Amino acid sequence: MVVMPSFDPKKCNGCGLCVSVCRCQALVLVGNVIQVIEKEECGWCTHCEAVCPTGAISCPYEIEVVG
Amino acid sequence: MSVQLDFLKTIAYFAGLNESELEQIKKLIFEKTVEKGEIVLYEGEPAEVLYFVAGGVVKVFKTSAAGKEQIISLARPGDSFNDVPVFEGGLNLASAEAMMSVTLYGIRKTHFRNLLREHPRVTLNTIQVISSKVEHLVSLIEDLSFRQVTSRVAKILLEYARSDSDRKTKLTQQEMAAMAGTAREMVGRSLRILEEEGMIRLERHRIVITDEKALKEEAGVV
Repeated sequence: MVVMPSFDPKKCNGCGLCVSVCRCQALVLVGNVIQVIEKEECGWCTHCEAVCPTGAISCPYEIEVVG
Repeated sequence: MSVQLDFLKTIAYFAGLNESELEQIKKLIFEKTVEKGEIVLYEGEPAEVLYFVAGGVVKVFKTSAAGKEQIISLARPGDSFNDVPVFEGGLNLASAEAMMSVTLYGIRKTHFRNLLREHPRVTLNTIQVISSKVEHLVSLIEDLSFRQVTSRVAKILLEYARSDSDRKTKLTQQEMAAMAGTAREMVGRSLRILEEEGMIRLERHRIVITDEKALKEEAGVV
């Protein structure tokens, strides 16, 4: 299973900006609702999070120490 | 689910109390569950309850008149929030929002004040807890006043890095920005700088600290 950005439909206003900036077609607007499609190509660019005006999409990071 | 005695033993305020004392305290505590995004309390409203986090993470933050958010702290299991206004008897100093589904234990202001009168050990523990919070706030002031953005971001990464996978708190760039008192774009830029300098590696949904020593130097921590 591919970890994808998390989406809160309650905050979404259907503006579609995230769809416009997504580089791998992982976000689609169906009616007035965003759907997140699992995509291996999602590079976690976080542009969707950056453009969302309502904070409906978030791309959280785990932080790990290896060295 | 009832308030768990084992969990009460882990709360700093109740350290050193015996089972009988904890059983008495347990009767004063109520449990509350909140969902992700739900506001637990609002800045500026009368302070009524001291909360302890039993499960999940709560974001404690202040909001400016322009709507900008400054994260004061993230409260994890065992942590408390809204302490000072409950003792001081005024208004909530900050708002608190659940970052995921959260289980809280709460104790009303009047009940806690009675506890302080009846249990000297709780009073001593309270002084220690509040002192620790003052120390954290002084450090935050120092960071916001004196550290450059990249150093502040480095410090945040070190603070939230976990080698134990069970205790990972995930942060978005927006949350890091709110903690660092800067814009989201500056956090992105800082992360790229830290990656270019070999201190971290940015992966899909992970920031890997590859040179902790160098990152500590950047953050200005010992």
